[in-house]
Amino acid sequence: MAVRPLTGNYAVAWGARLSRVKVVAAYPITPQTTIVEKLAQFIESGEMDAKMIRVESEHSALAATFGAAAGGVRAFTATSSHGLMYMHEMLWWTAGARIPVVMAVATRTMGPPWNIWTDHSDIMGQRDTGWLVMMAEHNQEVLDMTIQMFKITEDPRVFLPGIVGLDAFILSHTTEPVDIPEQELVDSFLPPRRQPYVFKAGDPLIMGNIPSSLEENMKMRWDIHRSMEEAKKVIQKVDAEWERLTGRGYGGLTECYRCSDAQYLVAGIGAWVGDMREAVDYLREEFGVKIGVLKVRFVRPFPREDILKWASSVKAIAVFDRSVSPGSAGPLFLDIAAHLMASGTMLPIKDLLAGLTGVDVTYEDIANALLRFVSEVEEMGTVKQPIEWYFGR
Amino acid sequence: MSEEHVLPLARPQVGVSGKTGTWRVIRPEVDHSKCIKCALCWLHCPESTIDIVEEGEAYIKIDYDYCKGCGICADVCPTKAIRMVPEG
Ligand code: SF4
Ligand code: SF4
Repeated sequence: MAVRPLTGNYAVAWGARLSRVKVVAAYPITPQTTIVEKLAQFIESGEMDAKMIRVESEHSALAATFGAAAGGVRAFTATSSHGLMYMHEMLWWTAGARIPVVMAVATRTMGPPWNIWTDHSDIMGQRDTGWLVMMAEHNQEVLDMTIQMFKITEDPRVFLPGIVGLDAFILSHTTEPVDIPEQELVDSFLPPRRQPYVFKAGDPLIMGNIPSSLEENMKMRWDIHRSMEEAKKVIQKVDAEWERLTGRGYGGLTECYRCSDAQYLVAGIGAWVGDMREAVDYLREEFGVKIGVLKVRFVRPFPREDILKWASSVKAIAVFDRSVSPGSAGPLFLDIAAHLMASGTMLPIKDLLAGLTGVDVTYEDIANALLRFVSEVEEMGTVKQPIEWYFGR
Repeated sequence: MSEEHVLPLARPQVGVSGKTGTWRVIRPEVDHSKCIKCALCWLHCPESTIDIVEEGEAYIKIDYDYCKGCGICADVCPTKAIRMVPEG
């Protein structure tokens, strides 16, 4: 093992290299990141035995990745913001075909205007495609999850593609010490590729023809949903196995920080979970507020059971969303609220819409918003406004 | 192939999408005496419904169950051996 300073982008590239990816297809220009640049270097120098296909668009990038994967090899791509939107149609085809593929998404806000800062609009827009969607908190988790995601998606109970999300700039372009595992360790963890079928020359097979019965078509959607439920067990198991090998486990679908005696929870996805930890430490020390952080690692499959468990002993939950469905609310809030209510768990929930379009959010901002949320609930037993925009102090 | 999952797969076979020849409003008719066996029609037919058969005086044979009547074969034929005529 070797600890090296790596950006989130390079951590992804190392994860793909260690997973012995055989084909990388990518659009090389904006909004691409240095993920594929690093992979191109690895391939060029012979450190990685793979083919790089430079395509003319992100739609083609995923089409080529999907094609290679359908042909039986481990395939990888990466994109961001507008590139992901351009790819959107192919996400449906890949998931619908049940072909395991791993993609990294450096989550960037959407235009206009153009910018390269983080927000989660791009990745949250892929929730309904049938891809597993996870968000990492730091660069070590980025590397570990790139490797784990291959094992999860290639499990016969899952057979769906998966996205590893990393916040633009905050993780993608920022350097942290990252432990790069040995190739032998990753080889012992990742079995040879498995997939539901392989396209072979001389054995013609049609994928995605007009169905002879629509009921069969609907059953395919049902099977994706069912496999997502199965994926929850696989995610737990794979994470536990990784922990045995490396000492690094992430709690499966969620992690709850300082939750054992918590009366309040703050929930979020991605890099700012780290700031939430600091905010919670600060609120506990300075104000004696018993609050914990619910880190939601997987957006799909949605960790309904975990959320119910963590919410069962608290008074109220604040959810930070870094994207919004205008006219409704933030997507993480909507999922948490819906699943709690549907299971009969009624408690005040507040959606804090913050950091959208890349606005910087510090741990002080989070602590400040949480302090107001806690005092509202203490005074009134509920929240004043369930959906609130936070523009800063 | 996995038995556990419901997969969007099919085996290709002739006519899997139905007899597309019924869509035709004009049909290609071949005057074999004018044919010089260049195979351009065979090459250009977008439906692959022209076969090279070399049976008697016929060099090519069109499968009317699937020919959609697009007229490309008639257009590319250098000797005008193929003529498009309205369907019955
Ligand atoms: S009319 Fe079109 S479909 Fe029919 S044989 Fe000629 S080229 Fe093929
Ligand atoms: S294009 Fe005309 S001449 Fe050439 S093979 Fe076809 S029918 Fe014969």
